[in-house]
Amino acid sequence: MKEVVNLPVKKIEEEEYHINMGPQHPSTHGVLRLVVSLQGEIVKSLKPHCGYIHRGIEKMCEKDTYPQIIHLTDRMDYLSAHINNHAVCLLVEKALEVDVPERVIYIRTIVDELNRIASHQLWWCSFGMDMGGLTCFFYGLRDREKILDIFEESFGSRLLHSYYTPGGLMMDIHPNFQKEVKNFIQYFRKKIKDYDDILTGNIIMQERTKGIGVLSREDAISYGVTGPSGRASGFSCDVRKRHPYALYDKVDFREILGTEGDTFTRYMMRMHEMRESMKIIEQLIDNIPAGDYSAKMKAVIKLPAGEYYQRVEAARGELGVYVVSDGSKTPYRMKFRSPNFSNLSVLDHISRGVKIADLVAIGGSLDYVIPDIDR
Amino acid sequence: MDTLKLKERILGLVPDAEFQENKQFPTFILPSAQLHNLAAGLAGDADLAFDFLFCLSGVDMVSYIEIVYHLESTTQRHQMVLKVRVSDREHGSVDSVCDIWRTAEFHEREIYDLLGIRFTNHPDLRRIFLEEGWNGHPLRKDYVDDINIVER
Repeated sequence: MKEVVNLPVKKIEEEEYHINMGPQHPSTHGVLRLVVSLQGEIVKSLKPHCGYIHRGIEKMCEKDTYPQIIHLTDRMDYLSAHINNHAVCLLVEKALEVDVPERVIYIRTIVDELNRIASHQLWWCSFGMDMGGLTCFFYGLRDREKILDIFEESFGSRLLHSYYTPGGLMMDIHPNFQKEVKNFIQYFRKKIKDYDDILTGNIIMQERTKGIGVLSREDAISYGVTGPSGRASGFSCDVRKRHPYALYDKVDFREILGTEGDTFTRYMMRMHEMRESMKIIEQLIDNIPAGDYSAKMKAVIKLPAGEYYQRVEAARGELGVYVVSDGSKTPYRMKFRSPNFSNLSVLDHISRGVKIADLVAIGGSLDYVIPDIDR
Repeated sequence: MDTLKLKERILGLVPDAEFQENKQFPTFILPSAQLHNLAAGLAGDADLAFDFLFCLSGVDMVSYIEIVYHLESTTQRHQMVLKVRVSDREHGSVDSVCDIWRTAEFHEREIYDLLGIRFTNHPDLRRIFLEEGWNGHPLRKDYVDDINIVER
């Protein structure tokens, strides 16, 4: 019989050790690796390792024409694909000083907001699942499907639409579009109450999120945290309000700001934002003017030599596109300031001292889309 | 603060800076030695209050590499662009502005990774997307990769 060896036992609380969360971990919602340094259950620090799906989109853009680049932007933040397309379209239109038909601007604003709702629905269901409520996942996906059906009917695809083109839209909206959108708003106004009943009012969820991962306003600005996560800290960072594009200076909606900056406030920001988006859509859906769905553009789009910058409010924050053009049909340099990249940088700062289970809640509330970080 | 006043202030702070015409943002080209000092002044001053670095990019202009800082003030609502040019492509370096705008930490790592510019006083300057030991910096114009880049 073998002799039992008693190894010296060290108390686990005394020793700092590292674990890898990811690259394949359900809470990172993609291929992101966090090297977490722990003492017991307490997070001491963490280092994100990105780049697992780095495709070199910026390098590819240098070889592509502007209409081709639209298709690459879909693949960054695939949950706000329309809004990413919008950024590049606006940039090209601004550089060429093209007047886009009124109809296009209306449709773009409505579709952007639908996209924002769809994105927040998916965030809501995955956040619920992170917190251990699987019901959320089914409810959220069920309602998101309604928006994807509208998208499919009008634009021919569900996720990566590439519907906007420089100067207008790829095709006109489907005759059913307005009716379907109104049906959806009516439907979702009822259903969003369920969301509150299931998760927002849930005491377990509230206990796990209130006071966790607090981000101050100063830090939010310094780290460049934008979108609902930044607004939860009181940072008034909505590009739709600060630098209005499309119809956002004409429609009535509120930029809701939080004060606490904790995980629960970040959660509430997105719940409010879904309602605000519905409000915007309701104001526009009956007033889409008749007209062309695209301005007349030259077959080959060449931007005059110079620098251009365009910002839009994507579902997760501010998306910036910076282009240096040398006057040819491809950009000399194209840089995407993606919201998730800056939002990720704050994770180490706000998760120090929390328990490892709370790290999942914080990560969920910052709502990462990894392809947007890696580009 | 409008462009004219801003121009006066910045040129007062850094007489060597060069003003560049740009439709969208007032743009200043700085000598790289004065970047950190000016940046600290911009963020700290109550009138200027450039507290939000909303974009930080690098551009390879072949004869030099340009680092572009897009800045905004969340209180005063004005924006501007600072540029620093690095002509030494092999060992070029710029002072890090991480201590002023924390978001620069990741963006500077990205520039180091893809363009090969070093940032002095950066707390953790490693490649961010590509693996350690990757050969070259892909966003440079002279980067060659026979396997992955197909010329049409």
